[in-house]
Amino acid sequence: MRVLGIETSCDDTGVAIFDSELGLLAHRLYSQTALHADYGGVVPELASRDHVRKALPLLRTVMTDAGCAPADINGIAYTAGPGLAGALLVGAALGQSLAFAWGIPAVGIHHMEGHLLSPMLEPDPPPFPFLALLVSGGHTLLANVKGLGQYRIVGESIDDAAGEAFDKTAKLLGLGYPGGPAIATAALKGSAGRFRFPRPMTDRHRTHGAAPGLDFSFSGLKTAVATEVARLGSLDSQTIADVALAFEQAVVDVLAIKCEWAIEATGAERLVVAGGVSANQSLRARLNELGKRFRVRVYFPRPAFSTDNGAMIAYAGLLRLQAGVSEPASFNVHARWAIEDLTAPS
Amino acid sequence: MKLLALDTSTDICSVALMIGSNMRERDISGMRHAESILPSVQALLAEGGITLGKLDAIAFGRGPGSFTSLRIGAAVVQGLAFGADIPVLPVSSLAALAQSTDAERVLTALDARMGQVYTASFLRGEDGLMRSIGAETVCAPDDVPLPDGTDWTGAGSGWDKYSDLLCQRIGARLKEWLPALFPRARGVAALAMPGLAAGEALAPEQALPVYLRDDVARKAGR
Ligand SMILES: Nc1ncnc2c1ncn2[C@@H]1O[C@H](COP(=O)(O)OP(=O)(O)OP(=O)(O)O)[C@@H](O)[C@H]1O
Ligand SMILES: [Mg+2]
Repeated sequence: MRVLGIETSCDDTGVAIFDSELGLLAHRLYSQTALHADYGGVVPELASRDHVRKALPLLRTVMTDAGCAPADINGIAYTAGPGLAGALLVGAALGQSLAFAWGIPAVGIHHMEGHLLSPMLEPDPPPFPFLALLVSGGHTLLANVKGLGQYRIVGESIDDAAGEAFDKTAKLLGLGYPGGPAIATAALKGSAGRFRFPRPMTDRHRTHGAAPGLDFSFSGLKTAVATEVARLGSLDSQTIADVALAFEQAVVDVLAIKCEWAIEATGAERLVVAGGVSANQSLRARLNELGKRFRVRVYFPRPAFSTDNGAMIAYAGLLRLQAGVSEPASFNVHARWAIEDLTAPS
Repeated sequence: MKLLALDTSTDICSVALMIGSNMRERDISGMRHAESILPSVQALLAEGGITLGKLDAIAFGRGPGSFTSLRIGAAVVQGLAFGADIPVLPVSSLAALAQSTDAERVLTALDARMGQVYTASFLRGEDGLMRSIGAETVCAPDDVPLPDGTDWTGAGSGWDKYSDLLCQRIGARLKEWLPALFPRARGVAALAMPGLAAGEALAPEQALPVYLRDDVARKAGR
C-alpha cells in the first residue's frame, strides 16, 4: 500500500509518499520561517495563505521525485489537528478532494500521533509497547503507548511547552526564530557553570506540598532567564552563549529526570522521543546515557523528522488505513484535540 | 461544454453542474462548507450522470469573501482538478453576485467585516453576462467609488448590513437595492463559459483566492 501524506498544521507545508513495502519514497518540506520572521511569531492568516499556494506544487514535485503516477497511490493522509484551523483546512480540503477524484480512501491524522510514530520511519523501528516523550513547540508530555491509538498520558506540562520555552528564551537573547536550533548553536560556545537556572518540579523531597510527579513546568525557567538577562543589562556574545548553555542544560535535565522517573514508574523497556525538541543533540546524548543506565533502548527520528514533516503523516496514515480506518468525504478539522481522545482502530 | 462550478465566498456555499445548457445547483448553508462541499459535488455528478474526468473544467468563485471559506473552495478545486487532470477557471465572486440579479447595472457590496465592504460595479452585456467597470476594492461604505450615471441596483451582504450608509453614499444614482443576495455557483458557471471557450482555463495550482485585503498582520516593532 502506498500513502500520500500532507502536513499543514502550522508554518510548514510537508508532503511525502510512504510505501508499506519500500518505505519512504519521497518527501519535501516548504518552510515558512522567513515569511513569519518579521512578525515575531507565526501569523495564522499568512500561514494559511502560503499553504494554499505551496501545497499542490509541492505535492506535484513529490509525485515526480517518487516516480509515482496517480494510479500508484492507494490512500491519502492529512493532518486533521491539533493546529491552526485555517491552515489545517487547506491540507484537509486538498487531501480529501484529491482522494475523492482518485477514488481512494482518505484519513485525518492527529499531528501528535504523527510525531509519536516518526521514529518508526527509521531502520529498526521501535515495536509497541513503549514509553514516549513528546517534546515540541506546543506539547511536552510523557505517554504510555500500548499500540496504535492507545495513548495514556502519564505526565505533561502544566504551562509552557519545552519548545515554546526555547523559542521565548531565544527571543530574550535576541537569537531569532525558531529558537531551539539557535539556542543549541549558541550553547556550543558556552562555558558551563557561569549561570545556573532552576529545574522546575524536579525536587522529589520537597517538605511542603505534594511530590512533583511526572508533570513538567517551564514558565518559571523562562522567567529566571528573563530576570538574569535584565540583571546583566547588555549581553555580549559570550554571555549569550553561556546563558544559552545554562538554559539548555536546565531543560535537558528536567526532561531526563522525568524520563527516569517515568521509566521507574512504568517499567518501560523502550523510550521513544519525538517532536521538534527531540532534534536537540544534548538531549539525545543525555537520554541515550539514561537508556544505557536503565537498559532501556531509546529511539529518535532523524533530526529532519523531529520537526513537522509530511513523512510522519503518511506513515501514521498508512497504519490507520491498513487497519481499515478512513474518513468520509464530509471532512472537518480540530484545532484542539487531545491525543488521549484517539482510539485503536477496531 | 461540461463544467463544475462552486462558490464558497460567503456563509452560503453552492455547487453547480452545467452540461450544455442544462444547469443544476445545490446550496449549502450555515458555514458547513468543509462537511458538505464534496458530498454535494458527488450528488450533483451522480444526478448529472457524469464523472469528474469527463468535465472540461472546474470554475470557482475566487473571491473576495471570507478568507477561510475561500481557501476551502480553492483547495477543493485544486484537488479535484489535479486529481481529474482538468483545468480551472477563476471567476470574481462579486461578478457572480451581480449575476444573481436580473438588473442591468449592479453595484455589488459584500460584507468585509471591520466596517468595510468588498465592492465593484457591473454592467450586463448583450450575452446576459455581467462585466465589471473599474477595479474591485475593499473600503468603508462611505468611501465606495461612485458609479457613473443613474439606475444602479445594489446587491450583496454589504447592502444588507449597511443599507443606510450606502443609500446615502450612492444617492440619486441608485434605483433600488435588493436584499439577501449572494454569489452563486450557477453565476460562476455562466461567467466562466466564455473563458473556457476561449481556452483561458488554468492549471489546477492556479486555483487561488483573491482576498483584496492584504494588510492582515502588523510587523513587530511598528
Ligand atoms: N535543536 C533543537 N533544540 C531544541 N529545540 C528545538 C530544536 N529544533 C527545533 N526545536 C524546537 O522545536 C519546536 C518545533 O517543533 P515542532 O515543529 O514539532 O512543533 P510544532 O509543530 O510547532 O508544535 P506541535 O507539534 O506541538 O503542534 C520549536 O519550538 C523549536 O524551537
Ligand atoms: Mg509539530
